[in-house]
Amino acid sequence: MKVLVAVKRVIDYNVKVRVKPDNTGVDLANVKMAMNPFCEIAVEEAVRLKEKGVASEIVVVSIGPKACQEQIRTALALGADRGIHIETDEEVQSLEAAKLLKSVVEKEEPKLVILGKQSIDSDNNQTGQMLAALTGMGQGTFASEVVVEGDKVNVTREVDGGLMTVALNLPAVVTTDLRLNEPRYASLPNIMKAKKKPLDSMTPADLGVELAPRLSTLKVEAPASRQAGVKVADVAELVDKLKNEAKVI
Amino acid sequence: MSILVIAEHDNSELKQATLNVLAAAKAIGGDIDVLVAGENCGAVGEAAAKAEGVNKVLVADNAVYGHFLGENLGELVAEVGKGYSHILAAAGTIGKDFMPRVAALLDVAQVSDIMRVESEDTFVRPIYAGNAIATVKSTDNIKVITVRPTAFDPVAGEGGSAAVEALDVVKDAGLSQFVNEELAKSDRPDLASAGIVVSGGRGMQNGENFKMLEQVADLMGAAVGASRAAVDAGFVPNDMQVGQTGKIVAPQLYIAVGISGAIQHLAGMSDSKVIVAINKDEEAPIFQVADYGLVADLFEAIPQLEEELKKVM
Repeated sequence: MKVLVAVKRVIDYNVKVRVKPDNTGVDLANVKMAMNPFCEIAVEEAVRLKEKGVASEIVVVSIGPKACQEQIRTALALGADRGIHIETDEEVQSLEAAKLLKSVVEKEEPKLVILGKQSIDSDNNQTGQMLAALTGMGQGTFASEVVVEGDKVNVTREVDGGLMTVALNLPAVVTTDLRLNEPRYASLPNIMKAKKKPLDSMTPADLGVELAPRLSTLKVEAPASRQAGVKVADVAELVDKLKNEAKVI
Repeated sequence: MSILVIAEHDNSELKQATLNVLAAAKAIGGDIDVLVAGENCGAVGEAAAKAEGVNKVLVADNAVYGHFLGENLGELVAEVGKGYSHILAAAGTIGKDFMPRVAALLDVAQVSDIMRVESEDTFVRPIYAGNAIATVKSTDNIKVITVRPTAFDPVAGEGGSAAVEALDVVKDAGLSQFVNEELAKSDRPDLASAGIVVSGGRGMQNGENFKMLEQVADLMGAAVGASRAAVDAGFVPNDMQVGQTGKIVAPQLYIAVGISGAIQHLAGMSDSKVIVAINKDEEAPIFQVADYGLVADLFEAIPQLEEELKKVM
């Protein structure tokens, strides 16, 4: 079966985020960018499904500026077979991303679509669920285990208080949580091979989707910072302070 | 304006998060209705009717909503919510699952995890794991919003007397079935709403050592949490994780034990009223946010803490 994986180019998770002095956003100039960590887990899961003989082809798709092709190549080096780049320099919000992915789904007809549960820049946690709703598919969000059985996929989900398993009819959408797998690193020979794998480029207009953002960001600020308090000498002093100064126990 | 709040519950009890979401609804202003969707959830409807500021409670009681499957809830809420200006739910794993479906079905954007209401169409929310705070304005005619419960003080859970109406709308998308669930059984308070939280990090070295924290927690009636590092290392299950990718907590007292204070962790607990850090590395970033820092080996400090607490609790 064919698996579609969506990946997003975001600020590298090790980079310290700085808000621009004019409060219009986060400073991304000359900042290291990388594949969103939850998307790496999505790619890894697809590759594992292929290694198990469940998936026959892995198509990876990314939306954004030209530079997104780096992340598509990374996914190809990790084991994806083919890339699709939807090129735009505009801001793409979750609903529009879901509409773009819907048109890719209609063209490619994958049995399974795997996405990260959220991206570490906008932290929305929306696109997978929106895609599932728009395409009429079931969804296994925040997945910690994915097992394909016949025409169903069983997804174990990380929910408040524990784990919940649902059975979804295929085709279905899965969004990844942290414990689903540990992504591998791409080997040098595979990075070289990835350069020769096919990568199609198209625009939102080619897919018949008009980008029309519904949300406007009025300002972006640094969070209120907490001041460091005092160091206590020992446990007795700590308990005394908590009881008599902070009065929280 | 008319606001629909989707109740969070377990079919028998209304979760406190619903009262926090009602506070966000109150801040927006307008008539507030509550939708309780579940199975054999009549008691939840009665409880919601007592909450402060509720106009009407709609109860959709049917087996198809029993496990809160996102596909079915999405269709139900999109249909019921059409007539409202705002649809709100708690940003827990249930709300995060079905609300984007509602937004997509209504062809509107969703504003996720709001921390503050600026006006009826403008909201404040964290981005970049809480390293930046965005003020966002929605131009949609229906605003679909998930609310960070810890950012809003709950409305009173008693005193109201809203009308309760049964809602005969059955939406079975037929896309998914519940198979089973394994919920952690614990006599300790719920991590997300506990007044005191004791969390362990990689410094705990293994899962067995978390028993030390549990003993301390039980003396104070506290919940036990963990950093992502402790979860990734396999010490404890993921539902204990505090941080941007886990639970967001804001207790009266947060005690971080053997936690270095990665930014992802700080994003999940830095709104706590009082923060205590116990770590042997005095350079650990956790000390920069701690009200009280103790530089010590946790394996000596925690047994001492247990003894000292026994004296005062």
